[in-house]
Amino acid sequence: MNMQVAERESNAMSSQQSGQPVTRNDSANHELSIRVRDLNLWYGQNQALKNISLDIFQKNVTALIGPSGCGKSTFLRCLNRMNDLIPSVRTEGLVEMDGRDVNDARMDEVALRRRVGMVFQKPNPFPKSIFENVAYAPRMHDLVSRKAEQEELVEQALRDAGLWNEVKDKLHQPGTSLSGGQQQRLCIARAIAVKPDVILMDEPTSALDPISTATIEDLMDKLKKQFTIVTVTHNMQQAARVADYTAFFHLGEVIEYNDTKTMFSNPHTKKAEDYITGRYG
Amino acid sequence: MNHSFDEISAQLKKRHRKSARLKWISMGALGLAGLFLVLFFSDMLNKGLPAFQQAYIQVEVDYNEDATRMGRAAMDREISSLVSRSFERLIPGMIRDNPDLLGTSEQRWVLANSQVDQYLKGHRNKLSEEERARVDELAESGQVELKFNTTFFTNGDSKMAESAGILAAVVGTVMTMLVTLAIAFPIGVMTAVYLEEFAPDNRLTQLIEININNLAAIPSILFGLLGLAIFINFFGVPRSSPLVGGMTLALMTLPVIIIATRTALRSVPDSIRHAAFGVGCSRWQAVRDHVLPLAMPGIMTGSIIGLAQAMGETAPLIIVGMVAFIPDVGISFTNAATVMPAQVFTWAGEPERAFVEKTAGGILVLLSILIALNATAVVLRKKFERRW
Ligand SMILES: Nc1ncnc2c1ncn2[C@@H]1O[C@H](COP(=O)(O)OP(=O)(O)OP(=O)(O)O)[C@@H](O)[C@H]1O
Ligand SMILES: [Mg+2]
Repeated sequence: MNMQVAERESNAMSSQQSGQPVTRNDSANHELSIRVRDLNLWYGQNQALKNISLDIFQKNVTALIGPSGCGKSTFLRCLNRMNDLIPSVRTEGLVEMDGRDVNDARMDEVALRRRVGMVFQKPNPFPKSIFENVAYAPRMHDLVSRKAEQEELVEQALRDAGLWNEVKDKLHQPGTSLSGGQQQRLCIARAIAVKPDVILMDEPTSALDPISTATIEDLMDKLKKQFTIVTVTHNMQQAARVADYTAFFHLGEVIEYNDTKTMFSNPHTKKAEDYITGRYG
Repeated sequence: MNHSFDEISAQLKKRHRKSARLKWISMGALGLAGLFLVLFFSDMLNKGLPAFQQAYIQVEVDYNEDATRMGRAAMDREISSLVSRSFERLIPGMIRDNPDLLGTSEQRWVLANSQVDQYLKGHRNKLSEEERARVDELAESGQVELKFNTTFFTNGDSKMAESAGILAAVVGTVMTMLVTLAIAFPIGVMTAVYLEEFAPDNRLTQLIEININNLAAIPSILFGLLGLAIFINFFGVPRSSPLVGGMTLALMTLPVIIIATRTALRSVPDSIRHAAFGVGCSRWQAVRDHVLPLAMPGIMTGSIIGLAQAMGETAPLIIVGMVAFIPDVGISFTNAATVMPAQVFTWAGEPERAFVEKTAGGILVLLSILIALNATAVVLRKKFERRW
C-alpha cells in the first residue's frame, strides 16, 4: 500500500468517527435529518452492524451500497424500527431524529413510521383498490376524513408518484392488477401520502425492467425536493445517477461515506474503489 | 459422456412403467372410494325416500256427542282402526275449539296409521286379513293414497311413526349451532390472532399450541362429560337445552376453528404485514384492516367445516341429555330440545318397522344440510379467493 492510499484510508476512517461524509457536496442541503452514532446490531449471536455512525441530510438522496449480506437492509430497518418485528434482534447505539432517540422506550414506533415511510424491494400494494391503497394510511392517521379531502390527497400523491395519468380512470380497480413498475410507484404514492420526512427505499427497482427503473429514478430526483430519501441499491450507475451521498457498507461496517461524485470518481478507500469498479465479488 | 435418445429412452422405460403402475393403483383406490359412496347413498335414498311419502285415508268424520269424549267415535268403526291415533286424539279438541262443528259431518283426508302405510309400501305389517282387504278396496276407489309427507317436515317426534317428524330436531340443531357459533367463533378467532400475531414465540406459546392440537384429537364423548361436569353440575345450565349442547359443542369446535384460523393467518404473506407496519399501522390495525380480511375466507371455510362436524356429533349431546323426546317444536335456548343426529339415534332404536324409514329419512335431511354447508364453504372460498 503506497503512502497516498494509506493517507486516504486514515482520512476516511477519521471521518467515520464523526459520521460526516468525507467530502461535502456543496450544492446539497446540509441540515441534519437523522444522526446515527455507534450503532451496533445483533441477530441473536451474530453481529450484523458494527459501530455505524452516519449523518443523513435533509432533502437529499443517500444511497447505501455494498456487497450482499453487508447489512444495508438491516441498517435501513433501524431507521424506522422495522427490526422490532424480528424477535432475535438486539440494538445498541443512537439513532436520533429531531433530537429524539428513536429507540427510546418513550418513542412510539407508530409515530416514527408515520414520519419515516418505507418502500420495499418487492412491490407490495395492499390487495385493495388503488384509491384505498393511498387513502388508507392518511385516513388512519386522521390527516383527512371527508371524501373530498381524501380524493384530493389521493390525486396529489399519485401525481407526485408519477402514476396519476395511468390510473386516474381505474382508481377502484385492485392495486395488484397494475404492472410491477406501476405497483412500485403506487407503493411510493402510499408512502408519501402521509407526508413523511424520510422515505426509506430498499432496492426499489431491483424487481423492475429498465424503463420502470428509469421512471423511478426520475421520481426520486423530484421527490427529494420534499422528502429525505435513503435508498439501497446494487446498481452502481443508479447510485451515481440519483444519490447526493453514498455510503459503502462492508461486513456490517461503513467503510466510506462520501458525496456521490467523489465516491465514484475518487474513492478514498481501496475497498470502496474495488467494489465500485467491479473488482470485488 | 453423451447419450443418444434411444439410450435415454431405454433407461426411462422402467421409470415410466413405475409411474403408470402407481397411477393405476391410485385410480383404483379412488374408484373404490367412489363405489362405497355410491353404495352408501343409494342405500340411504332407497330406505329414506319412502319416508317422504305417507299413507293418507279419506274418512267421513261425524262430530257427535260421543266424539267430544273419545275421538274414535266420530268415525266408522271399521275405518277408524286404519286411521292414525294422532288424528283421533285431535277430534275432541277440535270440537271444543269450534262448538259449531257439533252435529255436523265432513269428508276429510287424514293420516292413516303406520300399519296401513307399511302395507301400501309393501313392507311387513300387523294388519289382519280383513283390514288388508278393506285397504285394497279403499285404494281401488281412491280413498287411500300415498301422498307427499308434509307431516315429516312440520312435526316433532311422536310415538306414532306416521306422525313423527324431524322439525323439532332441525330447530334444536339450529339453536344449538347458534350457541356453538356465537361462542366458538369469536373466541377461536381471537385466540388464533393472539397466538399468531401478538404472542412471542416461547416455551409457553409452544406448549399452548401443542395442547390445542391435542384438544382437536380428543374423543368427542369426553367433551360431553366435561360439559356435564362443568356446565350442568357446576354452573347449573339447564340440562338437555340447546344452551348446554351448544356450549359443549363449542368446546369441541374451538380447536378446529383455532387451527383453521392460524393456518389462514399464516398463509397471509408477510409482505402485507410489512406494508401495513411501514405506513404506521399498530399491530392491531394491521391485523384488523389487512391480515384478517385476507384470512377471512380460510377462517370461514374452517369454521363451517368445524360446525358441520359439530352438527353431526351425537355422543357428547347424549351425555348432556339432548336425546329428549320432543314432540313440540319450540324455539328456545333453555328448554329441553333434541338435535338431528340424536333424533336419528332415537328412531333407530324404535322397534317398529315404520321407524326404519324415518331413521333413513332423518339421515337424508341431515346429510343434505351438511352437504349444503360444505358447499357454502367451497363457494365462499372460491368467491373470496384473492391473489396478491
Ligand atoms: N431476519 C434475520 N435474522 C437473522 N439474521 C439476519 C436476518 N436478516 C439479515 N440477517 C443477517 O444480517 C446480515 C445482513 O443482512 P442484510 O439483509 O441487512 O444484508 P443486505 O446488505 O441488505 O444484503 P442484500 O444486498 O443481499 O439485500 C446477513 O449476514 C444476514 O444473514
Ligand atoms: Mg437487502
